[in-house]
Amino acid sequence: MADSLLRAVDIQKSFAGVHALKGVSLDIAPGEIHCLAGENGSGKSTLIKIISGVYQADGGHIEFDGKTLSKITPIDAILLGIQVIYQDFSVFPNLTVMENLALNSELSDKRKIVNWQRMRQIAEEAVAKINFKVDLDALVGTLTVAQKQMVAICRALMFNARLIIMDEPTTALTRKEVQALFGVILQLKAQGISTLFVSHKLNEVFEISERFTILRNGELVVTGHTRDLDSAKFSYYMTGREFSDEQFRAENLGEAPLIEVKNLGLSGAFEDISFQLRGGEILGITGLLDSGRSELSLALFGIREADSGDILIKGKKTRINTPQAAIGAGIGLVPEDRLSEGLFLPRSIADNLIIAEIDRLANRFKVFDHRKRTREVQRLVEEFAIATPNPQNACQTLSGGNQQRVVLAKWLACNLDVLVLNGPTVGVDIGSKHDIHRILQGLAREGMGIIIISDDLPEVIRNCSRVIVLKSGRIVQEMDAAFATEQAILSQMM
Amino acid sequence: MTTKSAGKKPGLFSRIDQHVLRLLLVMAVWMVFMGLTRASRFYTLINFQTMASQFPEFGLMSLGVMLCMITGGIDLSPVGVANLVAILMALFLKQLVPPEGGLPVYAIPLVFVLGALIGACLGILNGLLVSKIRIPPILATLGMSELLTGVAIVITGGAAVSGLPVEYAMTVNNKIGGMLPVQLVIFGVMAFIVWFLLNRTTFGTKIYLLGTNPKAARFSGLKNDRLIISTYMISGITAALGGLVMLANYNSARANYGSVYVLQCILVVVLGGVSPTGGKGRISGVVLAIVLLRMLETGINRFPQISSYYISLIWGGVLLLVMVLDYFSAAGRPGKRRRQTL
Amino acid sequence: MQNNLKKLTKRNETYIALVVLALCLLIEVRSGQFFTANNLVDIASAMVVPGLFAVGTFMVIVSGGIDVSFPALASLTSYATTKMLLDAGYTGGMWLPILISLAMGALLGAFNGVFIGLLGLPAMIVTLGSSSVFKGVMQGALGSVQLAVIPPGMRAFGTSALFTATNPVSGLTSRMPVGFLALIAVLLIAFFIMRYTFFGRGIYAIGGNETSAHRAGFNTKRTKFLLYVFVGMVASLAGLIRTCMMQQNHPTNMLGMEMNIIAGVVLGGTAISGGAGSLTGCMLGTLLIVIVENSMILIGIPTIWKSVFVGALIIIGTGVSAYQVTRAHRIKSSRRLGGEVKA
Repeated sequence: MADSLLRAVDIQKSFAGVHALKGVSLDIAPGEIHCLAGENGSGKSTLIKIISGVYQADGGHIEFDGKTLSKITPIDAILLGIQVIYQDFSVFPNLTVMENLALNSELSDKRKIVNWQRMRQIAEEAVAKINFKVDLDALVGTLTVAQKQMVAICRALMFNARLIIMDEPTTALTRKEVQALFGVILQLKAQGISTLFVSHKLNEVFEISERFTILRNGELVVTGHTRDLDSAKFSYYMTGREFSDEQFRAENLGEAPLIEVKNLGLSGAFEDISFQLRGGEILGITGLLDSGRSELSLALFGIREADSGDILIKGKKTRINTPQAAIGAGIGLVPEDRLSEGLFLPRSIADNLIIAEIDRLANRFKVFDHRKRTREVQRLVEEFAIATPNPQNACQTLSGGNQQRVVLAKWLACNLDVLVLNGPTVGVDIGSKHDIHRILQGLAREGMGIIIISDDLPEVIRNCSRVIVLKSGRIVQEMDAAFATEQAILSQMM
Repeated sequence: MTTKSAGKKPGLFSRIDQHVLRLLLVMAVWMVFMGLTRASRFYTLINFQTMASQFPEFGLMSLGVMLCMITGGIDLSPVGVANLVAILMALFLKQLVPPEGGLPVYAIPLVFVLGALIGACLGILNGLLVSKIRIPPILATLGMSELLTGVAIVITGGAAVSGLPVEYAMTVNNKIGGMLPVQLVIFGVMAFIVWFLLNRTTFGTKIYLLGTNPKAARFSGLKNDRLIISTYMISGITAALGGLVMLANYNSARANYGSVYVLQCILVVVLGGVSPTGGKGRISGVVLAIVLLRMLETGINRFPQISSYYISLIWGGVLLLVMVLDYFSAAGRPGKRRRQTL
Repeated sequence: MQNNLKKLTKRNETYIALVVLALCLLIEVRSGQFFTANNLVDIASAMVVPGLFAVGTFMVIVSGGIDVSFPALASLTSYATTKMLLDAGYTGGMWLPILISLAMGALLGAFNGVFIGLLGLPAMIVTLGSSSVFKGVMQGALGSVQLAVIPPGMRAFGTSALFTATNPVSGLTSRMPVGFLALIAVLLIAFFIMRYTFFGRGIYAIGGNETSAHRAGFNTKRTKFLLYVFVGMVASLAGLIRTCMMQQNHPTNMLGMEMNIIAGVVLGGTAISGGAGSLTGCMLGTLLIVIVENSMILIGIPTIWKSVFVGALIIIGTGVSAYQVTRAHRIKSSRRLGGEVKA
């Protein structure tokens, strides 16, 4: 069809015996905003890499502008007008914005000598395309994530881009920044540039894309218009399972609060935070990225010590100034970036599991009780159903979902009273997301106090018994989850 | 299409580090070569004793450097510590000599204990610079090395401290039962202690994890600062012991002895499979690397046509060879190679 | 004007320049001898060889690596050149020794370049190995001994002066060595490369993020390879000039300099992790170390205290810089939250 800008037809790709793509097709019209969705491992990254020339397909072909392409290299793709913006934006933090913008084009022109005036001109033209206001001489390392992304987009636009592919672009953006990004994508559309948006966030699929494609296990599940989609169908397409989401209701609440926070403050982050948490409750704390919610989680765990207010553990004033103090007080934290902050990927699964309770497996002289350690590892592997033939294998051999389990298991091995989770399902595929929610609800029912810090409103409403809304570092609303709606919370957050 | 975890069956060779295997291979090749060409000269007791005699000095220092590298740091100060401790203890020893000569029975153990204590304190200083002030370890230990050497020069006026009571060198150079050098025993004991720390105590597991991912270590409740200070403290102790052994070998102490050992220690540790980015390395590898290099050196000595200065060439050549082998064996596996800043 | 002043205060080089200036003033106040013509010439003369080494080290550190082999490389090439020309009874001018040195330096630099550039092995470890190899070749294969006599052409180069400065008070004279011109020349070339060629910008890019550099279109392997070739040539030149200036070739007395040179480069604001730094800063840092090493005697501190001061300088200098980094991080993360900063 002459209507299409890009057509991928029946793409096949295998890696060392793993069949990554089993005959996938994709169709994007000029100026279309298209969302490519799928869980981790569905094949969406592989498809992107084939379209951009990084990989070669084993079967099938790509048509661009009606012409069938045989083998494309990354340079070919760039010349055709296909630009990929990766999650790390591929920028140079130690160089200025101007250089970051101008380098690619200067290099592709095979220049050897640097002409700083020409580079500045190129940079000024680039930012003008989407009206991005920035100091060209600033080092990119000093910019915010959203600004870095804009730099990456401006750079992508410099090569007469026809199709921009964005890989999970909204992961680290605040809501306002996401809106700004969407505004830019609409500007691109107005200029006839198509956007292929890789994401697994349902609300984004709805908000910005016109058409969507969902992959699962390397196969095309469905492609169509966003207006024909709803959230139940989305979940089903993504996972092949139907989920009934249970609203969590707190039962068997403990008598006295496990943890009570009084007028807690951390300058530059939050102030005057007070709340209680009893066993059996799941408390949700939500707010925008700059509401102080992340810092609150760090303060509860002792990574950053609050400088005013008190924390009472089971009624006793306790100073939480280090993670060890927090653990000693029965508090654990599952950090936001599980992979870089929560796991030691090259080390064994066993080491990862026991690290938080490691001192308990040794005697007074810090010497390991070997049998105790092996038994504990075995117990945890079984209890949390961690799929591995040998716990001495490196943690990175586990699938993503299993790695999440290891992170949870690590803390639950410590007999904690309170577990704080910062963004527990960020970047997690839908199947594992539901599993994690189920585990958390189960833990609460067994008497633990859980605090979920998240900006995924459906997650918060469904899994918490109470919700606290933060804005600019202060509590603006506290409500029972049963009476909470997304609109009500949103209006308080902004 | 989820990436299935590649289940490794625990076979014999998967337990043993790949790198260690490669070292053993090179060693086996060399031993066969020596057996074929110079068997009568190489495989003698005296030769093994020679091999054993000189490596405790820097072998001890290597143990400390190894620990620091496992935490993702490095220690460039062992020689500075060693020399300063040797000088101070030499001066002290001379004070202990009673008017009739000889040494009181407690003198030598006292010197070792004091020396180790001084080494520990200097190591703690290093640890503080790295953990509290957050100076990159390469620069902190470099500065300390320079500083300590400077202090040593000022104390001695640049000259050597000699005239030690002969009992010291005799004791430390003694061979137990005529065969086993005391120095080797000292090294063996420290090597065992380090092995024990790494493999049987929580300290070992903790520093491996710290070196792998300091951020996750913090989030898991590990006391990063304290672990780092302890590590550098141990490095200070091993360096001090190395200095005391050097004192016996040279029967004197001087601010600039053994300056070549700094880089040699790092070389031997990397050869032994320790990654400069941290989190990896086994003591079996390091000990093996030391033995291998000594074997190469003494073997070369048996070929009188080849100047013993070629030793340097062999050190460097073997290191580069092993690195290239590591590279080509890792190249087959999927996944990006980590970019290393050192 | 206001803006320019603000930009100056943000730069590391300003602070280090102030420290150097303060030190010079201190010495001048105590001895009245610092800003004399002959002392300044002495300092310039002492800067030649460390300065040349520092340029190469700077470029390597910016690329994200660390090179510890340059003293061994310089020793090997200077020894080989000198010996070769002596044996051949060479009596001609300086151009041939320079050419031979540069060629050998390029070759040895390429040796490093193959492992670090083409194979991508970590620079510090590779150069540790190559440093040993170079030393071994020099001592083993070439049987290095001290050469007390050097070819007349080189001798002439070493003793010839651009001009002579006389101290009016003490009557001491100092020669400004011709070698200083070499330092200037190399500095200009390095400056041009780093600032005005994409080869140089590529070095910064690689030091910042090697994967991105590759994606942006830099030929990272070739850039790193050529970098080490260049560094080898500069180091070689430094070794040759040192031999000339000392009027003899001592095979091992440059060995061990690597750490102090690296310290000087880092004190000048070059990040040890790569991607940032300027030649100005690098020279200032090296100058600081050279002044501390040479001029302390002028304020009555005997040279025996030299190492103590250099060591303390490194610790304090890097400590202050590390503290600033931690502070900057804290400010940055607070600012992002729109909060007030309680520094």
